[in-house]
Amino acid sequence: MPSITPYRRPYWDTQPDYLFPKYASTVKRAPALPLVVLPHTLSEVTAPVFGYDEVKPGDSDLTRQHKGEPVGERIVVSGRVLDENSRPLPGILVEIWQANAAGRYNHRVDQHDAPLDPNFTGAGRFLTDKEGRYRFMTIRPGEYPWRNHYNAWRPAHIHFSLFGQGIVQRLVTQMYFPGDALLDYDPMFTCVADEKARNRLVSLFDWENTIPEYALAYRFDIVLRGREQTPMEHGR
Amino acid sequence: MSLRATTSQTIGPYLRIGLEWMQIEELAPRGVAGERVTISGRVIDADGKPVNDAAVEIWQANSHGRYASPEDKQDKPLEAAFRGYGRSLTDDEGAFRFSTIKPGRVPGPGNRMQAPHLNVTLFMRGLLKQLVTRMYFPDDAANAADPVLALVPAERRATLIARRVGEGALEWNVILQGKGETVFFDF
Repeated sequence: MPSITPYRRPYWDTQPDYLFPKYASTVKRAPALPLVVLPHTLSEVTAPVFGYDEVKPGDSDLTRQHKGEPVGERIVVSGRVLDENSRPLPGILVEIWQANAAGRYNHRVDQHDAPLDPNFTGAGRFLTDKEGRYRFMTIRPGEYPWRNHYNAWRPAHIHFSLFGQGIVQRLVTQMYFPGDALLDYDPMFTCVADEKARNRLVSLFDWENTIPEYALAYRFDIVLRGREQTPMEHGR
Repeated sequence: MSLRATTSQTIGPYLRIGLEWMQIEELAPRGVAGERVTISGRVIDADGKPVNDAAVEIWQANSHGRYASPEDKQDKPLEAAFRGYGRSLTDDEGAFRFSTIKPGRVPGPGNRMQAPHLNVTLFMRGLLKQLVTRMYFPDDAANAADPVLALVPAERRATLIARRVGEGALEWNVILQGKGETVFFDF
């Protein structure tokens, strides 16, 4: 059997731990026993492939999924999906979801006293192109309160889910907006010690992709794990 | 110069909005080769309470032991109708379910073949990054020599092996913390 080139392990302090008591929900859901280090075998370096028959062009425009236009500030969110070796990743399924402009999710669990928008579901999908690029049209999500601690508010964010070429590249994350005063108070944003790592979760204002008289743009590049440069016979 | 992987963040409580469109609980349409199995289970937290907002994803080889991925270059048959990916979002009882086929064996470290297994990824509110585990099949002689199971402390291996509850029916629960805690991997 050919040897498998494993994926690199995360850099120190750039990925969160499971137990992080400032985010209260981790306390009952984080494993307490030691993790077992998984060697990367064929099972870990393979992943499902998704096709253009599953993701339609309209799936990336969250402002045109209903009869009318959603309330709020239209924005373009785009970027590239790369691996740690700077290789663009084509054909990656990107799924996003978010609150509406008032900070309310279209979900039965969300009882925040802010209006639902009948013209906004808040879900989108994109399959990255040959250069690893994706692009969404949406509206800027609102901030909203949650019950983690006294007077807790989430900064405005968009949820991202990405598949990779190996299942250990799978990533779920959140994109934030530059200059959001709530970021420093947010236990999710501050869940890793490396300040540079968390600042990479903040999108950049993107003048080039701003559409005159229509929509501001934000850029959010996403990096998935990259493989080691040399194969390892026994993983690690 | 290499880049650094983007920091993981929790999937949060509203994952259904973004992920429900592709819920795949039936993986193997008629005509796909292999032994049919249904897998049902629950995700349980440290207090024994059901986790009603989890996404459970599985990734598996076909019955010949080949993954439908360009990274798998083995000379074994592929089946166009079988992708090997499933996604189930837990209900109010924390329950998930899949209907699929038992995968074949795939190579593992040290030129040893692995026992049939599902690769399982879990996302939920309260997890800042995914949990990764595996489900193995009961009464499979290959389990005893599986190179990954061998890395798991013997007294905890049973948490990765499903229980037979009927003809072609398996049960496998995921216990996040506490008594009977499922083995999770540092991936």
